[in-house]
Amino acid sequence: MLLNQYLLLAAALFVIGVFGVLTRRNGVLVLMSVELILNAVNINLVAFGTFHGDIAGQVFALFVIAVAAAEVGVGLAIVLLIYRNRRSIDVAEANLMKG
Amino acid sequence: MTEFLNDWGITLMVFLPLAGAVIMMFVPSSDEESHKAIALFSTLLTAAVGILLIGEFDFDNASALQFDVNTSWISVVNANYHVAIDGISLPLIALTLLVTPLVVIYSWNHIPEPGNAKMFLMLTLVLHTGMLGTFVAQDLVLFFVFFEVVLLPMYFMIGVWGGEQRLYAAIKFFLFTLFGSALMLVSFLALYWNTGSSTFDIVGLSQEVAARDIALSTQVLIFGGMFLGFGIKVPMFPFHTWLPDAHTQAPTQGSVILAAILLKLGTYGFIRIAIPILPDAAVEWAPWIGLLAVIGIIYGALACLAQTDMKRLIAFSSVAHMGYVMLGIATLTPFGINAAIFGMVAHGLITGMLFFVAGSVKERYHTLEIKRLGGLLVQAPRMGWILGFCTMASLGLPGLAGFWGEFPAILAAYNPAEGVSQTLFRVYMVIAAIGTVFAAGYLLWLLQRTAFGNPTEEFADDPHIHDVVATEWIAWTPLLVLILLFGFVPSIIFGVTDPAVVNGLQALAQAAP
Amino acid sequence: MSGSFTGVFAAAAAETFEPSSWLFDNIWLVPAMPAASFVLILLFGKRFKDHVHWLGIATVGAGLVFSLATAGAWISQYESEQTHHSEEAVDGEIIRVVDAEEDGHAEEGDHEEGIAPRGCNLEENTQDLFASSEYALGAGGLSTVEYAASEEGGEGEGKAEHVKPDPVVNCLNWFEVGSFGSGTEAQGARSLAFSIGTIVDGQSLMLLVVVGIVSFLVHVYSSEYVKGDRRYVHYYAFLSLFTASILFMGLATSTLQLIVGWELVGVCSFALIGHWWEEKPNSDAALKAFLTNRVGDIGLLVGMIVLFFGAGQSFDILTINHAAVSGEMSQTSMTVASLCLLTAVMSKSGQFILHTWLPDAMAGPTPVSALIHAATMVVAGIYMVGRLYPVFWEGMNIPGSSFNALAFVGALTTVGGGALAFVQRDIKKILAYSTVSQLGYMVLALGVGAWTAAMFHLFTHAFFKGCLFLGAGSLSHACHHSFDIKSEMGGLRTKMPVTFATFMIASLALAGLFPFAGFWSKDEILVGTGGFPGTDANGTYTVLLIMGLIAAAMTAGYMTRAIWLIFFGEYRGHVQPHESPRVMTIPLVILAALSVLTGFLNFPEDWFGGLGERYGLKFEQWVEPGGGDTFHVIGHGDSNLLLAVVASLLAIGSAVFVWSYYQRLYAKDATATEYTDGLASRSRIARAGHVFLEQKYFLDIIYTDIIVGGIKGPVARMANWINQNVIDAVVNFAGTSSTAVGRFVYRFIDQGTIDGAVNLSGTSASESGQVLRRVQTGRIRQYASLMFGAATLLAAVFILVV
Repeated sequence: MLLNQYLLLAAALFVIGVFGVLTRRNGVLVLMSVELILNAVNINLVAFGTFHGDIAGQVFALFVIAVAAAEVGVGLAIVLLIYRNRRSIDVAEANLMKG
Repeated sequence: MTEFLNDWGITLMVFLPLAGAVIMMFVPSSDEESHKAIALFSTLLTAAVGILLIGEFDFDNASALQFDVNTSWISVVNANYHVAIDGISLPLIALTLLVTPLVVIYSWNHIPEPGNAKMFLMLTLVLHTGMLGTFVAQDLVLFFVFFEVVLLPMYFMIGVWGGEQRLYAAIKFFLFTLFGSALMLVSFLALYWNTGSSTFDIVGLSQEVAARDIALSTQVLIFGGMFLGFGIKVPMFPFHTWLPDAHTQAPTQGSVILAAILLKLGTYGFIRIAIPILPDAAVEWAPWIGLLAVIGIIYGALACLAQTDMKRLIAFSSVAHMGYVMLGIATLTPFGINAAIFGMVAHGLITGMLFFVAGSVKERYHTLEIKRLGGLLVQAPRMGWILGFCTMASLGLPGLAGFWGEFPAILAAYNPAEGVSQTLFRVYMVIAAIGTVFAAGYLLWLLQRTAFGNPTEEFADDPHIHDVVATEWIAWTPLLVLILLFGFVPSIIFGVTDPAVVNGLQALAQAAP
Repeated sequence: MSGSFTGVFAAAAAETFEPSSWLFDNIWLVPAMPAASFVLILLFGKRFKDHVHWLGIATVGAGLVFSLATAGAWISQYESEQTHHSEEAVDGEIIRVVDAEEDGHAEEGDHEEGIAPRGCNLEENTQDLFASSEYALGAGGLSTVEYAASEEGGEGEGKAEHVKPDPVVNCLNWFEVGSFGSGTEAQGARSLAFSIGTIVDGQSLMLLVVVGIVSFLVHVYSSEYVKGDRRYVHYYAFLSLFTASILFMGLATSTLQLIVGWELVGVCSFALIGHWWEEKPNSDAALKAFLTNRVGDIGLLVGMIVLFFGAGQSFDILTINHAAVSGEMSQTSMTVASLCLLTAVMSKSGQFILHTWLPDAMAGPTPVSALIHAATMVVAGIYMVGRLYPVFWEGMNIPGSSFNALAFVGALTTVGGGALAFVQRDIKKILAYSTVSQLGYMVLALGVGAWTAAMFHLFTHAFFKGCLFLGAGSLSHACHHSFDIKSEMGGLRTKMPVTFATFMIASLALAGLFPFAGFWSKDEILVGTGGFPGTDANGTYTVLLIMGLIAAAMTAGYMTRAIWLIFFGEYRGHVQPHESPRVMTIPLVILAALSVLTGFLNFPEDWFGGLGERYGLKFEQWVEPGGGDTFHVIGHGDSNLLLAVVASLLAIGSAVFVWSYYQRLYAKDATATEYTDGLASRSRIARAGHVFLEQKYFLDIIYTDIIVGGIKGPVARMANWINQNVIDAVVNFAGTSSTAVGRFVYRFIDQGTIDGAVNLSGTSASESGQVLRRVQTGRIRQYASLMFGAATLLAAVFILVV
């Protein structure tokens, strides 16, 4: 089985995701980009799991999906709250953590 | 019972007062009567245990350490919990057991300003433990700990319940003594390292010193450290200046304990520790100790003559009297040291008593200025008589206890131990004998100016001046009786101390060629 | 030593009760009874109130009876031994040899072990509380005294040899203390046993009898004289204690016991002189007495210590004496000890130059002066010298006719004291100086070797001086408590006949006129000096004889002056004098009778023909110790009629001179109160002498103002100043300087350096924080990009390196 194609796909997805996270100012899009990153990892997990004939990869992928769902839930809630408070979801404006 | 006493007797006796103090901690301070009761009860219980111990004490074998308990305590430094009683410590323990309850009884209606019976009595009890501990300790570290335990309660007693200059006096007392004990500790440690000993045990160390060849100069230095530590406590001239201040400022009870027992810790240290462990160095030091002793005798007496305050006069008389004790010790003969122990007990009883009287005079007249007093025999005849009795005892009248501390010490100086200059000590003897005249002088002048004559106008019609009251009688009678008893039957003390002293000086005898 | 009266042997053989032995062994009861009286008075005195004197009188009386009985037993003992001895000598029949041999063996055992004879054989008997033994003399225990005169003079062939009973010693082991030197038991060091006990011999019994009689009479007399006093009970308590103490001292077997008794009598004297302590002069006098005696006590303590070591570490008097006689004690020890003890004698027995306390001691009640300051306590010094006579004998080289310190002090005192008596106007002070002078006589006698004469004078003097003092008390009782013979008395002979008669008898005795007691004792002292031709004594002390004669003349002179001023002329006081009640006059009569009779106890053997042979020198025979190895053989001078006549004529002449002087003044102006301004107002030298005497040789000024004042004032103040400003200053300087150092350390080292370092770490952290906070922008994406960048970098490193 060819592992490389999967890894390249995953890398591409990951890079796209990172790009999205770093460039998008819209909170929702940032979240979506994070999803891309996570799924790139999922692909890697499943690919390596199959490659080694080990079920653990798929199990971890399932966990990641579950956690990602929760993460999106929380993330969307934060975005919603930020919107309510500021009437904007531009993450560049959210700098409350500035030291 | 015997077995129990053998194993636990001393420990029980030493720590019972402390237990009493702990109990008192939980009683509210407003309840003064219970505090007094607890304090009295615990001191009496301590005395009872002490009496049981004395009853079990094998007097035929007084030179041996009895009720010996020796268990590991701080194993890191090889310090043991080693306590025992022999003929040297027995009289002093008995004295302590006697004086402290009397002080508590006296406190019944004489709690000094600013009150607070709880703290005052607790401190007294802690002092009691410290003093008893010092006399039973057979391990240098343990000895040192108890020696220091005594310091703090006395510091507070003077500092809180003292007179006008109490802080100055308290700090002076504390620092002076601490300075001495620091050097003493250094000496102990030097002894430990130099002998390569595996123990701080007194007997063990003296054997180690005898067995090993330690340079004499080292021994002399080590002895010097102990000399300062003990000498300050005695106090010897010229380290005595804390004493008049401490005595003058301390409350009556503090003065009594200070005079009766605390001063003896120093002389006891010489007899118990310094001389048996370092006999060779003792011989080297003896002329100097003797010299300071006789200077103390004359100097203390002269200073007494110049005093205007009754308490301060008695304090200086302590310097002179302890000079006789130190002279006895400096002879390094069994006779002299027996005399010294007798002198310690006698001085404890007599000067303790004198301070009691001074305290009661102060309570009635609100002053101790000798000039303003007079006619005590008219206003308080019994107290005047007691004062007269005590001055007679203090000036060394035969038939009273003071004589047996004084005369044998002078006698012993005629013929000191081998290796100590005889001529020098004979000169000391004559000076010490001259000191007895001075003693008679200042004490009788004190008596004349306070007790004889008619009361001064200031106090002639003072209704507050009354004769001896019940608590005073209870507190004083045992002391007065013992002064008389020891004067007539000196064998009570000599019989106990003699074997132990001879035993303690064995090292000296072996060291001498 | 018939074995009939001694403790050890009697105890073994005594199924039968031996009264004399019982008396000798229980002589301790004599001091014990007054001591018990003291305790009882102290405890219950308040309840007895005005009847408290009965306690004292009863106990002292019982003691007196006991002493007299014991003295009787002693005398009969002595007399019976003479009979035995003469039988033995005459018949050659060995009646007592068995006894003697037994004793001899027993004692030899001791000697073989090399133990010096001890009065108390405690060494063998340390287990027993009581050890009773007869003092061991040579084999057989007999001691034979041959008169030195008979040996030296070569003409005393006819004189009898006297066998003397040995002292009976009973001891109680008082305490034991470790020995000297640093020896252990194994190395032969022994524990020293100190004993307390009683010694019965002529000397101690003599003192017991004297003290008993005078004390008893004084107790009786005081019940009237001190009646109603504010401290009546206290007075009797101390009178009893005093009696007990002096008896205790008299019975001392060891010098330690002697010291104890010596000091105790001193304290009683202190308490009684200061009896009326409300007035400062009285308490001053008491203090002076005590302190002067303390000065002498330095000598006593040191002297006794020297003797202790000289006699091989023993306080036992007989051991010390033995060491002195046998030459075991070094000459240096004895000389030093006797000189030290002389100081003690000077203070206690009022010898020049330490006599000054004695006249002041008259501040006490008069009976006290009679008992303590004339008859008993002041002779303690004489008694002590008598007890330790061998030491003085050798130490002062008495037989060597050297002008020794003891005799010199005595002679100086007897003349110096007598001169002072002339200028006093207080009857008690006259008597006090007279006492000083008479005590000087006794010391002089001891100094020239006339031991018996000294003791005899002690004996007789106690009675007539006691009588004089009590007479003075009676006078003052009559004259409103005044003792001033110039302004308050005069012409009292008709108003107080009994007092007058007794006073006269006692004065004649004091002046030494035949046949009164003083004549015999004074004559013996003069003979004892050996200065008069034909009186071979122990040495030839001509100068001392002359001084003694001068003093004899003086005595008669000042007593005449006193008597004239008191009893003759016109009464100068302003109260109605009356004779004292019986309670006071009966003791006077008894003492006066004794002043007449006691002299005959020791009249010379060659007087009155056969009477002297038979009854002469009884006192000497009864009292003088047995010689042997605890007492030197002392020579006795031959009595000389010419000397007695010369002395008497001197005394009479002096009395007549004084008498006529006052009689002449009286004739001029019968009511004049000042009689002294005769010679002194006319001659400058006489006036200077008068001032010199009135100022008591300026000794009081030297002592009180210069020595005592100096020590109490400048010297003591200086010591205190040194204490406060030198020693304490050092301490305080140490305190303040260490505080200063502490402040420095705190400010610069602690706060500057150490705390600085701590603070630096804090501030540097804060500063770096300030810098780094810039990085934290709060923008998530910036963080994320940094994160990614870092991750990428790490990945690159990872790939490149691995």
